[in-house]
Amino acid sequence: MEEKKEIPRFDDLKKEAQKEWRKELKKAIPVKERMKIPRQKMPEREHDVRNKDFFEVNLGLSPDQAVEEARRCLDCPNPFCVIGCPVAIDIPSFIKLIEIGKFSEAARKIKETNSLPAICGRVCPQESQCEVQCIVFKSTGVSVAIGNLERFVADWEREKEEILIPQLANPTGKRVAIVGAGPAGLTVAGELSKKGHSVTVFEALHKSGGVLAYGIPEFRLPKRILDAEVDYLKKLGVEILNNFVVGRTATIDDLKKEGYEAFFIGSGAGLPTFMNAEGENLNGIYSANEYLTRINLMRAFEFPNYDTPLPKGKRVAVIGGGNTAMDSVRSAKRLGAEWAAIVYRRTRKEMPARVEEVKHAEEEGIEFLFLTLPVKFIEDERGWVKEMECLRMELGEPDASGRRRPIPIKGSEFRIEVDLVINAVGTSPNPLIPQTTKGIEVGKWGTIKVDFNTMATSIEGIYAGGDIVRGGATVILAMGDGRMAAYSIDLYLKNKNSR
Amino acid sequence: MFKILRREQIVPNMHLLEVGASFVAKKALPGQFVIVMTDEKSERIPLTISDWNQERGTITIVFMEVGTSTKKLANMKSGDYLYALLGPLGMPSEIENFGTVLCVGGCYGIGNIYPMARALKEKGNRVISMIEGRSKFLIYWEDRIKKVSDELMAVTRDGTTKYQGHVPEILRKMISDGKKIDRVVAIGCTFMMMIASETTRESGIKTIVALNPVMVDGTGMCGACRVSVGGSTRFACVDGPDFDGHQVDWEELFFRRAAYINEELDSLQKYECDVYP
Ligand SMILES: Cc1cc2nc3c(=O)[nH]c(=O)nc-3n(C[C@H](O)[C@H](O)[C@H](O)COP(=O)(O)OP(=O)(O)OC[C@H]3O[C@@H](n4cnc5c(N)ncnc54)[C@H](O)[C@@H]3O)c2cc1C
Ligand SMILES: Cc1cc2nc3c(=O)[nH]c(=O)nc-3n(C[C@H](O)[C@H](O)[C@H](O)COP(=O)(O)OP(=O)(O)OC[C@H]3O[C@@H](n4cnc5c(N)ncnc54)[C@H](O)[C@@H]3O)c2cc1C
Ligand code: SF4
Ligand code: FES
Repeated sequence: MEEKKEIPRFDDLKKEAQKEWRKELKKAIPVKERMKIPRQKMPEREHDVRNKDFFEVNLGLSPDQAVEEARRCLDCPNPFCVIGCPVAIDIPSFIKLIEIGKFSEAARKIKETNSLPAICGRVCPQESQCEVQCIVFKSTGVSVAIGNLERFVADWEREKEEILIPQLANPTGKRVAIVGAGPAGLTVAGELSKKGHSVTVFEALHKSGGVLAYGIPEFRLPKRILDAEVDYLKKLGVEILNNFVVGRTATIDDLKKEGYEAFFIGSGAGLPTFMNAEGENLNGIYSANEYLTRINLMRAFEFPNYDTPLPKGKRVAVIGGGNTAMDSVRSAKRLGAEWAAIVYRRTRKEMPARVEEVKHAEEEGIEFLFLTLPVKFIEDERGWVKEMECLRMELGEPDASGRRRPIPIKGSEFRIEVDLVINAVGTSPNPLIPQTTKGIEVGKWGTIKVDFNTMATSIEGIYAGGDIVRGGATVILAMGDGRMAAYSIDLYLKNKNSR
Repeated sequence: MFKILRREQIVPNMHLLEVGASFVAKKALPGQFVIVMTDEKSERIPLTISDWNQERGTITIVFMEVGTSTKKLANMKSGDYLYALLGPLGMPSEIENFGTVLCVGGCYGIGNIYPMARALKEKGNRVISMIEGRSKFLIYWEDRIKKVSDELMAVTRDGTTKYQGHVPEILRKMISDGKKIDRVVAIGCTFMMMIASETTRESGIKTIVALNPVMVDGTGMCGACRVSVGGSTRFACVDGPDFDGHQVDWEELFFRRAAYINEELDSLQKYECDVYP
């Protein structure tokens, strides 16, 4: 397969930017004026109200704010923001459409390359992707709020107008099977359905969305938004078979026999890592996946109206510094913890969580214990965790990840009183597909090996992407992989036809 | 959609469910289980596949009514639909020619050892099935299990069957009598599986138990089902549910299984008030 990704596609972008209305709009306000406009603040709910419920924290920009924010964008001749975006959204075009009030058109512009904008506008780490590349950021230190604008137009389109269902290509009669209804799998499904292939998504859980359904809480990503996106895919003709675990209910080989001609594996990195510390299996110690699944997928915060019970803690320690840790600790606070803390072995600077989540957590009364490593858990007489023994750390030389390596300080043991501990130190790829798919090549950490130019695995006709190939990554990278894979799968099916 | 084709009480508090699930029936092997939700608000609970019929596309489950989830399930009727059913899950049991295998089943485990005994017998083993209940009226599937066993021993505490007492006493006697047993498979309540394992520990007869920790997803994603076996942490839903009973940290399993006792009582009380006002 010769053809490469269409990213960064600067030629197309430039053609768009040369349109008359764009040129005029650009001239209407001088760059200097644009740079003076302050960044519009995202309205949020009061922190001591919102930290007691699961309703969304951010309220969204008003139309006026969105237009004002759009004015801050300089419509750069070389829009670096686009390079920062893993799916190369035509950012200046969509922002300029907002500036002239064409909100729904702006949403459709984004959808040319990103089919889940309401989700990405909420959960993408914009500050380290598009916004860090923004020229306005480079010269003033405050970037254009690309993420907030993305969210604004997606919400506008969903709430104000009919979602446009694009014209589908004629049926090709080819069947494609997709493993996992996470962002990677859903993206592939949408793209291939538009191209006329008949697509079935097999999903183990009873709800679709992957981490978006079971991991990310309602206060960051309301389920109705996820459901709307999944609905949209169904309208595109995608069939989703829930309660079907590929590798067990049927293997990829079985599905081949059923007539599926190409496959995409988007099974994610859902296997929680434990620390192998003494006392780790005591009652009251959870993996973040279990804790969040009980809350999000099983709605245990409504127990006993929902049947799944939930551990409630008064003193809750969450181990880790990523988005998963922030989601867990903020959930614990909302469920009534008197003290809820992040326990992280490095410092704030090295924390991988989105900046906004850390800020929100802080406002909501979360404590942060940095340079702290739990090494042992101590039980009470009923077999529940009651204390956590920790070591203080210091930072040494940078390691392979480029971050300074934490080193324990000898003799610095101390104990923290806890009654609930949530382990959010990481996940690894679920091994079921590699185990049950003969001959598929797997990397060192159990990830499936692919050619990143095509997302093809070592087996013909089987493609993979998202966390199963990257380990824990991001929603947008999973979607980027999905787009690439859809492109390759389409090509593969066409070539297969002509052979 | 998973249609219930048959739902009957086989002995007091013990129910049988035959559900349409053709994909699962096609793949099921002894020792595997499904995760079931009765309705949208239900828990995800694991239940072993006790039988399956590929032609009909159905699986059969035998379950004991204990708390809210199993009571909800017991209140389902034939013709109703289950909200969710996922499977077959877990590693299939090891079925080899071991020689003589003693299959021990108590409460829901009586139903569970049926496919096990059948497969072991087909592999050429001499199969002795030992099923246990408080009294004769709580013992079920005797005929079925007899058909796939070389010998069937029904054990009751009150002596209403041929063997009176508990599984371990009778097992101990068999061992001291020098009866040939190459492997024991024990399924049922945690306590029975533990004492069966303790009984065979000294003689070193390999004893396999089907562990029953609390589960949520059943696919290896949440870690709820973790158990300590031989000093390392294993996930019962993907590494098990079968493990070597001599290696299991039973105390930990007991504690972890009891984690939600108070919530379970609250939930049951609410459910009963809702259903029987
Ligand atoms: C709590 C949490 C918060 C996060 N926050 C952010 C954030 O703010 N921003 C961000 O960009 N990223 C975030 N991430 C990371 C992001 O969610 C993941 O990178 C992304 O979801 C990966 O997508 P995926 O499609 O590869 O896999 P997943 O989302 O993991 O989906 C995989 C799906 O496949 C299903 N599956 C697995 N195996 C099988 C099988 N054998 N058969 C059938 N189905 C199967 C699973 O049930 C699951 O539904 C977060 C992750 C977590 C856990
Ligand atoms: C692999 C496996 C196979 C099983 N097979 C069978 C079977 O064939 N027949 C049968 O009757 N039972 C079986 N069980 C046990 C069954 O899952 C529990 O009895 C059931 O979940 C109890 O739910 P409840 O709400 O009715 O009772 P509750 O009152 O909520 O709980 C009673 C006890 O069941 C256990 N339990 C509670 N919730 C769960 C859960 N989500 N997952 C696992 N255990 C839980 C706990 O130890 C609890 O103390 C199996 C368990 C496992 C792990
Ligand atoms: S880099 Fe910033 S200013 Fe330039 S086009 Fe992108 S968003 Fe607009
Ligand atoms: S039940 Fe979730 S990992 Fe086993």
